[in-house]
Amino acid sequence: MDKVKISVFRQDPSVDKEGRYQDYEVPAEEGMVVLDAVHYIENNIDPTLSVRWNCKAARCGSCSAEINDFPRLMCKTRIDTLGSHIKVGPIRAYPLVKDLVTDVSHNFEIAKRIPAFKPKRGLKEPFTMNEMDVLRSQEFRKCIECFLCQDVCHVIREHTTNYVGPRHVVKVASLDMHPLDDLDRSGFLNSNAGLGYCNVTKCCQEVCPEHIKITDNAIIPEKERAVDGSYDPIFWLARKIKDTGRSKHEK
Amino acid sequence: MTINNSLYYRTFQRDVYGMKMETKSTEYKTVVSDVLIIGAGGAGLRAAIEACDGGASVVIVSKSLLGKAHTVMAEGGIAASVADVDPKDNWEVHFSDTIREGVYMSDWRMVEILVKEAPKAVYELESYGALFDRTPDGKIMQRAFGAHTYKRLCHVGDKTGMELIRTLEDQVLHRDIKVMDELFITKIITKGNAVSGAFGLELRTGKFVVFQTKAIIMCSGGCGRLYKVTSNSWESTGDGVALAYNAGAVLRDMEMIQFHPTGMVYPPGVRGLLVTEGVRGEGGILLNSNGERFMLKYSPIKKELDARDVVARAIYAEIERGRGTKHGGVYLDISHMGAAFIHKKLPAMYTQFKEFAGVDITKEEMEVAPTVHYQMGGIRVDPESCKTNVKGLFAAGEVASGVHGANRLGGNSLADILVFGRRAGFSAAKYTKSAKHIYAVDEKAINEQIARVNSYASIKNPVNPYGLMERLRNAMSEHVGIIRDANGMQKALSTIKRIREKAGRVGVSGGLRFNPGLLVCLELDGMLIVAEAIIRSALERKESRGAHARSDFPKNNPNYAKNILCYKKNEEMELSMSPVPEMPDRLKKLVMT
Repeated sequence: MDKVKISVFRQDPSVDKEGRYQDYEVPAEEGMVVLDAVHYIENNIDPTLSVRWNCKAARCGSCSAEINDFPRLMCKTRIDTLGSHIKVGPIRAYPLVKDLVTDVSHNFEIAKRIPAFKPKRGLKEPFTMNEMDVLRSQEFRKCIECFLCQDVCHVIREHTTNYVGPRHVVKVASLDMHPLDDLDRSGFLNSNAGLGYCNVTKCCQEVCPEHIKITDNAIIPEKERAVDGSYDPIFWLARKIKDTGRSKHEK
Repeated sequence: MTINNSLYYRTFQRDVYGMKMETKSTEYKTVVSDVLIIGAGGAGLRAAIEACDGGASVVIVSKSLLGKAHTVMAEGGIAASVADVDPKDNWEVHFSDTIREGVYMSDWRMVEILVKEAPKAVYELESYGALFDRTPDGKIMQRAFGAHTYKRLCHVGDKTGMELIRTLEDQVLHRDIKVMDELFITKIITKGNAVSGAFGLELRTGKFVVFQTKAIIMCSGGCGRLYKVTSNSWESTGDGVALAYNAGAVLRDMEMIQFHPTGMVYPPGVRGLLVTEGVRGEGGILLNSNGERFMLKYSPIKKELDARDVVARAIYAEIERGRGTKHGGVYLDISHMGAAFIHKKLPAMYTQFKEFAGVDITKEEMEVAPTVHYQMGGIRVDPESCKTNVKGLFAAGEVASGVHGANRLGGNSLADILVFGRRAGFSAAKYTKSAKHIYAVDEKAINEQIARVNSYASIKNPVNPYGLMERLRNAMSEHVGIIRDANGMQKALSTIKRIREKAGRVGVSGGLRFNPGLLVCLELDGMLIVAEAIIRSALERKESRGAHARSDFPKNNPNYAKNILCYKKNEEMELSMSPVPEMPDRLKKLVMT
């Protein structure tokens, strides 16, 4: 049987000061994906190899890794597309837990800060919405939270800013573009979430396994809204009037 | 090659959140709450919201990361008679469909609650910000599904579960609910017949956690991973059923395991992955290796769109008789509908086959075979409050039983988790108000668990847990599959016995921190219990009914119109029969007409 050579990153930070790539040989199988190879190692060669996975169907976004230094899902990357040298390491934007597993819990802290869906006042339930209006937000709801876009983002990787990262801008866009949502979160993105640090290199869009147009459809529109809202005097005035009307109404 | 850790891995300042946390000793930390929810799928998240709104302090734990639970894999939709597409639909028709498909094994009251409350659950999701597909006049779009009389499934493309879990996750994160993900519960600790807490291992840190709590809501899902070929994801190892059983809860209908007719067959890595019922719904036909459309023979009227158990058995029979494909499946063909149609109606299936199998379903046939999909049985609960026979223990979702009887209708499970998740959360919160006393957690039980986990990590010359798990899966797939008989099931029982003898010596190196092998050791005990419960219940049911089919008793026997119960007595598994609760006349009328 044919063998596949694969180098896997190993480090237990509580023991090892530095990580290393260890070579393994795994029997080749037709249609094999990287996660199959990692599972083979785990089940037959070294049960201590840590990997996070769930559905193995590219639906849950658990098995994010850097495969030949490119952020990808292990369950979706076929071995036969990778050539002879295969290198698998953890996503590097997050603290390492062990081997291929990183601590992505910071993302849930950010999620808590994003203002939740707030329906417009006076809406009658059940809601009616136009299919065309719904489609816009639905694109962002395809996100499987694999955090590959966060991993590839150079602002997150190489700088210390308050930028929350592409995943969270997508989340905000999914709420802002909900047809019945009452809030505008672009101000939040601008002042609390560091959106200005994104310089639109579109790397996040390139790695998205769900092919969401992160930069084109979420980040750029949100940037435009933030600029309009914060710096355009006419928008500023319009907002003032709207807000005043609102507070009167609420009284 | 070496990598300097400090250069590459940035560390974030992590906020301390949630409730006050006490550290009792260096060995474990204690987390105190009114309600502990085990499992963060749809049912667990919905229960957490309701319990929190009911004024209880809530901790929710899950084996996987938050938002990755098996609910994300749900495709078809939520069955609810909102009647936006078919105005004739109402809860009565939904009730009748569910009872009939469940072959009169369901708890009528649970079904009544489900069908009456499902529309409200869907609207509630919308008020939380979920976005369903729309009809031309802006209402919720519903699609047809097997054995539902009307178009009833409210959906978001073929990713309904994802929308559901993200929406609920958002609600949970914006409430004062403590989420502890990647944490495995090894035992529910009781005092007398009441819950006092639970013991867990935090996977990311390898630290022990003791939960001191008044109530536990079990929402840990099913047990598909007991089988070799399954559509279920990693975490579905039946943990919750085993935990509850060990705590003294009664299990019901454990023999009822649903096989979905169409799972992927090839390549081996994706064997079992679901091919949605929508393919057949949109006109797909099933062919054997001779090119015959065999469903014409098995079910001349409903053909490919007969109930799941019927189609699954037909496919199985064709493969058994040597008319299968070379990879052991049959062909499912939708190419005659044209590429444009397929791209529009089944985009996810197109990508799934294109990316994993290199098959273009607009031109070629798919290879499919039955795959283990759902556990209809589980913990016995009270229909109104979801409480079990153990005081303070509640259960909701796939881990509980009663709604689906002997066969589940597509889309009813998503309705189930929302409706009964809410009820379980509500009644647990209410229970904590009346249960003033919070028990101290038994030190002896804690020490036992610490010793147990440590022993796996320190045993000399251990048995590989993966090997034992594989043996269990092979035995279950071979002998307790779609068609069962006493002979095969006895063989599976003795395999379980042999695995149990070795299970005492399993272990792994690598310590307690994020060690998947250690987790397998911990899961194995529970999996053996669940497997035994399935086999013993299946042996007891000497007839064929719904998903349970026996070659030695191929006919339905009215004497078995009963639920089989399974519980622990004097450390042994015991079984008994209990009559299915009788429907009141007003509901009987609905099913008869």
